[in-house]
Amino acid sequence: MLVPIFFIILSIVGFYFSGLTGDFVFQQMILRLARNLVLVMSLMIPIISGMGLNFGIVLGAMAGQIGIIVIMNNGYTGFNGFLIAVLVATPIAIILGYLVGKILNKAKGKEMITSMILGFFANGIYQLIFIIFAGTLIPFKNKDLLRSSGDGLRNTIDLISIKSSLDNLLFPNSPYPIMTFVVIILLFVGIYLILKTKVGQEMRAVGQSMHIASVSGIDVDKTRIIAIIISTVLAAWGQLIYLQNMGTFNTYNNHEQVGLFAVASILIGGASVNKVSWKEVVLGTFLFHLLFIVSPLAGQNIAGDAQIGEYFRVFIAYGVIGVALILHSWEENKKKSLNLNFDLNNS
Amino acid sequence: MALLEIKNICKKYGENQVLEDISFKIDQGEILGLLGENGAGKSTLMNILFGMPVIHNTGGYEGEISVDGQNYKPKNPTDAMKFGIGMVHQEFMLIPGFSITENIKLNRENTKSSLTGKLTKSNKLNRLDTKSMKSDADEALKKLDLKIDSLLQVENLPVGYKQFIEIAREIDKTNLKILILDEPTAVLTESEARDFLEIIKTLADFNIAVLFITHRLEEIKSITDNIVIIRDGKLIETAKTADVSIKDMAKLMVGRDISTSRLRKNKQLDDKDIILELDSFSVNMPGEQVKSINLKVRKGEILGIGGLAGQGKVGIANGIMGLYPTTGKIYKGTNRIPVNNPRAALMDSIAFLSEDRKGVGLLLDNSIDLNIAYTSLEIKNEFLKKVGFFNVIDGNKVKSHADKMIEDLDIRCTSSKQNTRFLSGGNQQKVCIARALTLKPDLLLVSEPTRGIDIGAKNLVLETLIKLNEEYNTTIIITSSELAELKQVSDRIAIITEGSITSILTPEDSDEKYGLAMSGKKYEEVTDDEY
Ligand SMILES: Nc1ncnc2c1ncn2[C@@H]1O[C@H](COP(=O)(O)OP(=O)(O)OP(=O)(O)O)[C@@H](O)[C@H]1O
Ligand SMILES: [Mg+2]
Repeated sequence: MLVPIFFIILSIVGFYFSGLTGDFVFQQMILRLARNLVLVMSLMIPIISGMGLNFGIVLGAMAGQIGIIVIMNNGYTGFNGFLIAVLVATPIAIILGYLVGKILNKAKGKEMITSMILGFFANGIYQLIFIIFAGTLIPFKNKDLLRSSGDGLRNTIDLISIKSSLDNLLFPNSPYPIMTFVVIILLFVGIYLILKTKVGQEMRAVGQSMHIASVSGIDVDKTRIIAIIISTVLAAWGQLIYLQNMGTFNTYNNHEQVGLFAVASILIGGASVNKVSWKEVVLGTFLFHLLFIVSPLAGQNIAGDAQIGEYFRVFIAYGVIGVALILHSWEENKKKSLNLNFDLNNS
Repeated sequence: MALLEIKNICKKYGENQVLEDISFKIDQGEILGLLGENGAGKSTLMNILFGMPVIHNTGGYEGEISVDGQNYKPKNPTDAMKFGIGMVHQEFMLIPGFSITENIKLNRENTKSSLTGKLTKSNKLNRLDTKSMKSDADEALKKLDLKIDSLLQVENLPVGYKQFIEIAREIDKTNLKILILDEPTAVLTESEARDFLEIIKTLADFNIAVLFITHRLEEIKSITDNIVIIRDGKLIETAKTADVSIKDMAKLMVGRDISTSRLRKNKQLDDKDIILELDSFSVNMPGEQVKSINLKVRKGEILGIGGLAGQGKVGIANGIMGLYPTTGKIYKGTNRIPVNNPRAALMDSIAFLSEDRKGVGLLLDNSIDLNIAYTSLEIKNEFLKKVGFFNVIDGNKVKSHADKMIEDLDIRCTSSKQNTRFLSGGNQQKVCIARALTLKPDLLLVSEPTRGIDIGAKNLVLETLIKLNEEYNTTIIITSSELAELKQVSDRIAIITEGSITSILTPEDSDEKYGLAMSGKKYEEVTDDEY
C-alpha cells in the first residue's frame, strides 16, 4: 500500500504546483486512461501465473502495429479498418505469444529479464523488416507510407482515417471515448471470468508453485504459454486502441516504451511481481499518467525548467521498476535467511 | 493376480545406484510396509511408481511394473492417477495460498458449463463450481473426522491438519486403487498418528492397497500385513509382518543392533543459575494452547518437554520464538525479551528447530556446507574472513565444519558440496539439525528432533545434542512425543497436560509416575521440585 500512497501524495503536490485546472486534468486523464488501460491490463495474467512482469508485451504492441500498417497499406478506414487491424494483429500476437511463452519456459525464474531482452531483440527484427525490407522485398501499395527514397516506412504515419473509430463508435459527437471504456470493462470482466474457470485456477496454482502444480498433473508449461499468449494478444489490442486514440503513429518508437510504461504503471498502483487485481491496474495507470501531465509544468513552475519535471518523470518510471524488482528479490532472500526452519512457505 | 507388481527395478541418479533389482507385489486391500534407513531409496521407489518428474529428468528407471496385470510405465503423475495410484509425498504438496477445498480439488475441480466453455467446447474454460467443490471437500474431510472450515487457507494451519488434508485429497479421487504414503506420520503427533492409522485400516477395508513408509516401527507392526526392507537400495527381506519382531526389523534395516539406553551422563547444575524463566506464559497456538505456565530452566540443562498431543507441549517453544500470539513474560537470564517477536528471540541467542519439518526452509539449490553455515553466517557473522576491506565467506572453514557435521550425524551424501535438493528427506532433516547446532546458541529449542530420522541414526542425533551441551554449555529444551527419547537425554522432564505443567519428573522416575502425569493427575508424590 505504501507505493500508491507515496505516488498519490506526489501527484497532489505536482498538481498543485502545475497550476493546471481540474477540468483540464480530468479531460486529459479520461483520454489517457482509455488509451493505456488495456496495455497495463495485459500484464495481469502473467503476474497471476507466477511469471512476473511480462516486458514481452512489446511484441504484442508490435503485432498491433503490423495490423495498422496492413490496413493503412490497403486503404481500409474507419471502424471497419480498425476491426480488420484487430483481425490481422490477433493471430500474429498469438504466434508471437506462443514463441515468447516457449522461450520463457526455458528460462524459469528469469522470466522478467528474459522477456525484456526478447523485447529488444524483437525490436531489431521489426526495424529490419520495416526499414530495410519494406518497399523492397515487401511490396507496398500505398506509397505514402514509404520514405521518399521508396524503401523503409516513414517515421510517422498519419492515422486520421481511423482516428477515434472505436472511441466514438455509436457516440460520434461525444467528447469522451465511451465505446473504448465499454471495451475496457468487457475485457476486465473477461479476465475475471477466465480466472474463475479451470484454466484460471490452473494459472493461479502454477503461479503459487510450479512443482506442486505439476505433481497434481497440471501441464505447467502449457499453462504458462497460454498466460503469455493472452497477455500478448491483449497488448496487441491495447496498442491498437492506443493508436486509434492518438491518431498518429510513430513507426519506430511507439512500441518501445510500452513495456516500461505499463510495468511502471502497474507497480505504482501497488501491484507486486506476484500479486495484482484490477484495482491496481486502474489506480496505477491513473497515477502514472497524472504525473505525466503535471510534472513538466510543475517542474517549470518550481525550478523554472520544464525539462526538470520531464527528467523527474522518467526517473520515476525507471526508478519505481528498479525499486520494485530489488524489493522483490530482497524479500525472497529475507524469507530464506532469517529462519532455521520455521519458514511457512514450502521451500 | 497381484494388484501391483514391480519387477527388477533399478534406478541411478548419475553415477549413484540408488535402487538395485527391487521386486515385490501387493494385493487389493493389503497394507505393505516399506522399511529402510534414511537414504535407502524408499522415496525414490515411490516416486517411480507415481511418475514423478524428478525420475524422468534424471534418466528414468529400469525394470517393469504392472497394475492389474496391465503393463504400467508412468511418465508423469497424470499417468499414475489414471491407473488409480495416489500419493502423499514426504514433503507437503499443498499450495499455501489456496483454501483447503481448492487444494483437495486441485486439477480435479468440478465445473459447471458456462458461456466460455460452451463456445470453445473445452471443459477447461468452464466455470468452477465452487459449491460442489466445497461439498466434495467437506465430505472427504468428514470421512476423516476432521472438523474444519474447508474454505480456510492452508498456509497457517497446524501441521497435523495439513497431512489429513493431503489424505482427503487422495480419498476424494474416486478411482483410487493404490495409495502411496511416504512417511505420513512423521509430522503427526502420536494421537494424530493413531487416528491416521485407523483411517488407513479403513481404506484397506475398502480394498485399497496401501504402500506405507514410516520410521516408527510400532506403526509398521500394528497395521501392515507384509513388510519389505530395503538397505542401500537393495532388497533385504520381504516377510509377513507377524513373523518379524520390531527388534529384528530394526536390525535388518541398519544391519546391526540398536540400543536405547540412557545417553546422558548426569550433570551437576546450579539451581540459582537460571537461563530462562517463563512467567504467566500463555500461547495461543491452535490445538496446542499453553495456559499461564511458570517455568525455570537452569543453565546447561537439558530439559525435556513431554505430554500427549494437543495438550500444549508444542506450544511452549513456538511461543518463546514468537511464532504464535503469546502473553506473559520471558526472561533470558536477567534480560526480559519481548514476546511475539521472532527476531528478538533469535538475536538473543535462542535458536529453534521446529516440529514443522515439511517446510524445512533449506536452500535447496545450495550445497550442504553452505546450508549448515548459513544462519550462523547471517546472524553471527561467522565463517567470514577479511579480504582487503571486504568480509567474504571462508569456504574452507565452511567446508571443514560441514564435513565434521556430516560425519557426526551420518548425513548420507556424495560430498558436502552436494545440493540439499538431492538428499533424502531424513538427510535433509539432519542438515537442518546441523544448522541449528552450528549456531551454538545459549539456548536451543528443538522439537521432535528425531522425527523422520531412521532408528539407527536417532542416537547419533541425540548424542550430538548432548555433545553440544557438554562442549559449549548450551541449554537445550527438547520437546518430543517419544518419552523414551526424552528419558535418554534429559536432566528433567516436564509433562504438559491441558496447557499446564502437571509435573516435572526425572528420567529415573517410574513409568507409573509418567502415566499419572500424562493423564493430568497432579499427585503430590509425583512432583519433584518447584522448578
Ligand atoms: N533428485 C535427486 N538427485 C540425486 N540424488 C538423489 C535425488 N533424490 C534422492 N537422491 C539420492 O537417492 C538416495 C535415496 O534417496 P531417497 O529419498 O529415496 O531415500 P529414502 O529412503 O526416502 O530416505 P528418507 O528416509 O530419508 O526419506 C539418497 O542417497 C539420495 O541422496
Ligand atoms: Mg524419503
